[in-house]
Amino acid sequence: MIYWLLFFEFFKIGLFAIGGGMVTIPFLFDLTKKYDWFSAAELTDMIAVSQSTPGPVGVNMATYAGFQTAGISGGIIATFGLVLPSVVIVIWLSKLLSHYVENQLVKEIMTAVRPAVAALILLAGVELFKLSVTTWYVAAFAAGFFLLVHFYKKSPIFYILLAAVLGVVFKL
Amino acid sequence: MAERGSMGRAALAEYGRILVSFFKIGLFTFGGGYAMLPLFRQELIEKRGYISENELLDYYSIGQCTPGVIAVNVATFTGYKISGVSGACIATLAINLPSLVIIMVLAGILNTLSANPWVAHAFAGIRIGVIALILNEVILLLKKTVGTNFQRGMFIFILILLFAVHLSAVAVVLFAALTGGIKYWKERAR
Repeated sequence: MIYWLLFFEFFKIGLFAIGGGMVTIPFLFDLTKKYDWFSAAELTDMIAVSQSTPGPVGVNMATYAGFQTAGISGGIIATFGLVLPSVVIVIWLSKLLSHYVENQLVKEIMTAVRPAVAALILLAGVELFKLSVTTWYVAAFAAGFFLLVHFYKKSPIFYILLAAVLGVVFKL
Repeated sequence: MAERGSMGRAALAEYGRILVSFFKIGLFTFGGGYAMLPLFRQELIEKRGYISENELLDYYSIGQCTPGVIAVNVATFTGYKISGVSGACIATLAINLPSLVIIMVLAGILNTLSANPWVAHAFAGIRIGVIALILNEVILLLKKTVGTNFQRGMFIFILILLFAVHLSAVAVVLFAALTGGIKYWKERAR
């Protein structure tokens, strides 16, 4: 059944996406290859909407992806699946709190996981780039926009709104 | 009986306050993660006095190395501290609630608008914008986390591996965690 599958996939994301909202992107990208729930282009739209609406980005993306897959119940189930593993783990950790961050094993695991996660997000970005940037015109726009994002520190919402306006102006 | 009744009411009132606080945080913060820190501070430390500054920073640092969304993890920790498992569940539910409603309404509207040519152009622009934001995020992440040769090696190795063969994100995270674990046991054995 679609709901069980949805729950199981988002439970897995909740369990393995360590480090916050953006980390869920490569996992969601995996879903576009495995199922026909939503396309990679739709995933990019989800990221944009999730970053420009209130609430944690990871939760927004799970709700959106679940909704696109199986309507309102899909949105609720995907979000529940995403949140469940961390709620259980955090309640359990609350009892041994301070020992956890100081724990050398946890530190070593995190030093290894962080760069691997950075590589995962980079690859997802490259894959999305290949899908959307198909002409030199768009490539030039993308390069200019990246420089803007990198050198002027504005909020993601500002850039997403700006990109929407420029998309209309330049007829992308 | 009367005493139990008033205690029940006090507990309910406390749950209500937890619900309102975290609903507000979910409703008024954009961007997730560290972007949510100021509102967490204002609502939980300054207004309610639920936790201290140090506790909030602790929750954030643990939230970063536990699975799941950081802001949700912070909410669960704080809810648990205020009133145990039920507090944790209420805080988690409350911080998720605004997203659930807003996203589904918006997704429904956008799905019907996507045939409009203006909207199509706007989203073509937005896709490029999002890719730029993702690549920029990777650069920030690398600056923040890749300090040692081991970390540089891990980043490059995973990148080459991913270009060569298709691996699921789950497999990559498991592999990296295992490597960290082995490194720990080796250094301890020494």
